[in-house]
Amino acid sequence: MAKIVAVTGNEAVAEALRQINPDVCAAYPITPATDLMQRFAGFVSNGKVDTELVLVESEHSAMSACIGAAAAGGRVATATSSQGLALMWEMLFIAAGNRLPIVMPLVNRALSAPLNIHGDHSDSMGARDSGWIQLYSENAQEAYDNTVQAFRIAENMDIRLPVMVCLDGFIISHSIERVEYIDDKDVKNFVGEYKQMNPLLDMDKPKSYGPLILPDLYMEYKRAQHEVMTKVKDVVLNVAADFEKLSKRKYGLFEAYRLDDADIALVILNSAAGTAKDVVDQFRNKGIKAGLLKPRLFRPFPYEEVADAIKNVKAICVMDRADSFGAYGPLFIELCGVALHLQERPLMINKIYGLGGRDFMPDQAELVLNELVEIAKTGKIKTVKEYIGVRE
Amino acid sequence: MKEPLWKKLTPGSVVLEAGSAVKFKTGSWRAFRPKFIEENCIHCLFCWMFCPDMAVIVKDGKMTGFDYDYCKGCGICAFECPGKKGNKAIVMEEEGK
Repeated sequence: MAKIVAVTGNEAVAEALRQINPDVCAAYPITPATDLMQRFAGFVSNGKVDTELVLVESEHSAMSACIGAAAAGGRVATATSSQGLALMWEMLFIAAGNRLPIVMPLVNRALSAPLNIHGDHSDSMGARDSGWIQLYSENAQEAYDNTVQAFRIAENMDIRLPVMVCLDGFIISHSIERVEYIDDKDVKNFVGEYKQMNPLLDMDKPKSYGPLILPDLYMEYKRAQHEVMTKVKDVVLNVAADFEKLSKRKYGLFEAYRLDDADIALVILNSAAGTAKDVVDQFRNKGIKAGLLKPRLFRPFPYEEVADAIKNVKAICVMDRADSFGAYGPLFIELCGVALHLQERPLMINKIYGLGGRDFMPDQAELVLNELVEIAKTGKIKTVKEYIGVRE
Repeated sequence: MKEPLWKKLTPGSVVLEAGSAVKFKTGSWRAFRPKFIEENCIHCLFCWMFCPDMAVIVKDGKMTGFDYDYCKGCGICAFECPGKKGNKAIVMEEEGK
């Protein structure tokens, strides 16, 4: 029996970690992820889990300890945000390159400078090329569900890659929502016993992690790493199918909301998609065929599947809660990649919104959808990239 | 069709064979070569202790020379060598001279 509770996003993810009971967790506090790990540390102190919680002096050390523990043969988790992720930077690539199935909830927060503690996606977008699988979550329920599924995806014997579960800082991490928890034993059964791959602690078979690979083989290892990523989509879908049987909640590579017959559509990640769906409904009520696509799996990016989902849409606005200064937003660039798979591509614009926790309001979605109506009608784009919600 | 090399690699570049570093002969990196002068050696084995590789050959508790397949010529042994009466038992010489 599922249990319905009113909890914050952080609380929900900490609960998922309690149910999974990882072998090792090394973490360093950083707002807004602090509260997640603080709650988990409470489970450790109160004997609710038997995780070895490693106190470290920085996020760089946190990820390093996670890498060591995962190579040793343990099920490993950590969590971080923003500058913490930035400090983990070099170790992120090592976790992925060594094919270590570490699961890391990332409570999305803006990067400094200027210093800011609120939610945007500049942290995770900066780590998109680190070789980690990235899942995005609209709300606390999705953050909980994605965390549970992340272990199965990461630990799949054909994959063995680290997974980042992204949720918006404060908007989701600190807001109380209705969440359905799955029973402890069902989560444990779903995730299953941890299977090791080449554990360092297998003393009968000594081995080395992290050897020097010179130009004669480095490129082959990178080619192999890309190949593994091509298998991730199927694994994500299989895990989602099993998860649906357990929870009755359906997950895919992305969510297509009223998109089948849509003329105009928004492509938008995480919590803002919730707000935008309400506005899509309002446009539908007015007889305007609006829709929305919310990516869930951002790395690897499902280009062909997204292309198929948007093939009949006339005008699209890709909404980025992160920026690439002097370039288009990171999600927009992916949609440009999607457009390559279409014979007739939709007209596409890019809006940067909600940086540093700036609220994404329904009137912003309305403004964008109205612009899309105009673009679909005239076939003309005034400006490809624009900022919305900027103070006058 | 022949399977490409990259498909045969161990996931995560993990080396599954213990002690395989022995196959990687790093002696070719050397620009300076340690020369052993036996009459100045007091067999303190500082060279053996300080060698960052395993390039100092010790037999029956006595320094006997170098394994040039692995010695990178770092010169730490020569630096640490106390020698005998002010004369070093290890001196560095430029390769190829």
